[in-house]
Amino acid sequence: MTRVNAQVYLPVVGVAGLLLLWYVAVWVQIVDPVLLPSPTETFRAMWDGMFQGKLGFDFLRTVERTTLATLIAAAIAIPLGILLGSSEKLYRSVEFVIDFFRSTPASAMFPLFLVLFGVGDATKISVAAFGAALVIVFNVAYGVMNARKTRLLAAKVMGASRIRVLTDVMLLESLPQTFVGLRNGVSLALVIVVVAEMFIGSTDGLGHRVFESQQLFAMPDMYAAIFAAGALGYGFNLLFLLVERRFVHWSGK
Amino acid sequence: MDQGSGVLRSVTSGRPAGSAAALRSTRPHVTVRGLSKTFGTSRVYDRFDLDIPRGELISIFGPNGCGKSTLINLIAGLIPVDAGEILFDGQPLRDIKFGYVFQNYREALFPWLRSIENIEYPLKLMKLGKAERRERTERLVAHLGVKIDLKRYPYELSGGQQQLVSIMRALVVDPEILFLDEPFSALDYEMTLFMRDQLQRIFVETGTTTVLVSHDLEEAVYLADRILLLSRGPARIADFVPYEAARPRSDATLSEAEFVRVKAHCLEVFQREVRKG
Repeated sequence: MTRVNAQVYLPVVGVAGLLLLWYVAVWVQIVDPVLLPSPTETFRAMWDGMFQGKLGFDFLRTVERTTLATLIAAAIAIPLGILLGSSEKLYRSVEFVIDFFRSTPASAMFPLFLVLFGVGDATKISVAAFGAALVIVFNVAYGVMNARKTRLLAAKVMGASRIRVLTDVMLLESLPQTFVGLRNGVSLALVIVVVAEMFIGSTDGLGHRVFESQQLFAMPDMYAAIFAAGALGYGFNLLFLLVERRFVHWSGK
Repeated sequence: MDQGSGVLRSVTSGRPAGSAAALRSTRPHVTVRGLSKTFGTSRVYDRFDLDIPRGELISIFGPNGCGKSTLINLIAGLIPVDAGEILFDGQPLRDIKFGYVFQNYREALFPWLRSIENIEYPLKLMKLGKAERRERTERLVAHLGVKIDLKRYPYELSGGQQQLVSIMRALVVDPEILFLDEPFSALDYEMTLFMRDQLQRIFVETGTTTVLVSHDLEEAVYLADRILLLSRGPARIADFVPYEAARPRSDATLSEAEFVRVKAHCLEVFQREVRKG
């Protein structure tokens, strides 16, 4: 039992090590103190920014955009992925297009989406949704296509119609892979949203906060915003993992 | 079709051995005529004929790759035939209820459903109400005396328990015929011995015509009323050997003279077919 308990605290080692290294770096002044504030300063800036300053508001704006983008992407990509995956011929015929745009950096699409949607939120959200949707559609389609043949056959042998095989077996078979897609999709959406917030005529969001702090040379604020973005990405991932564990209890078993 | 009373019927009447023997002499249950199947360039079946007697347990045994599993897959409609006719009491497959048990129980069961819901699933496909599904399943469980916590998910059960759930899922519809494709070959020896006797008990209790593909000669003979020995492709019937030892058979059966004789005979036919290939 004691060994299991000790294992739980292992991740703390890395965090403690990083903080220690950071304190030492500040103490011996390896880097200019203006460029690298101490951890204490940074976390105070984060605390103040989150609860009194603009950081909290910017954080919520980024959460809002990323959530919207992911929801839109999922709403389009999950049904589309199921449709494409249920017919291997259909998927093979569009595979190249999906792979091509999946490999295209979504940031390269900004100018196009700017022309289409203007400089507002719609552009940021739609570029992020576009990137996330391609990742999700690819994973869902593969999840459906890789449904265990025996399981499909078992349903067929018991007299299930094609539509029942789809709803009762294929959809559930694809859920673990769908969650892989959702986790990757939300991470990508966050990346795109934060980048978009830095540049195209933005007035809020974590990207804007990082960029503005850097421009104002407010280094503790900048590090605080970076950590907030990191915490957000980690949080999204964790959220999907918990939802998956709850609803896709058979995943990996 | 009277769907509700099937399990009850077999529970209450419980077919005594005498009447089972009488039934055996009646017309065959399954008739296979002119069955042909080619995969690529290899002709697995070429105008193959077979009669499967009613209410018997038939084991299929033969050299590797002779098409043992293919035969039951063709009969059960898992793969389409190239030519030929397969009738069950003169009816085509789509008009009868049958059960099929896969070798790979892990991939055949639905991990998102609890074990009991897995067993009920075919009844759901038959559009039976929730109460009736549960009732029929519980009756089958009680009848077979299965002691597994069926509220658990399949992946929480042992291999043998999972295969038992698979078998119950196949039996819950009261099939006229039950197909099993090497059902125990993924289990360890201890579990295989246990499951053999479970299957024998199920067979004695329900009297369902059963077709078992086996790669283990001892198992094939031990469980069978008749052992179907196949030759290499295109497969022919090398021999169709009756084994009439009384049931329930037990470990002691394995050392009886009749068992040893039948097994030796099957082995001889098998060796002859292997050498031919």
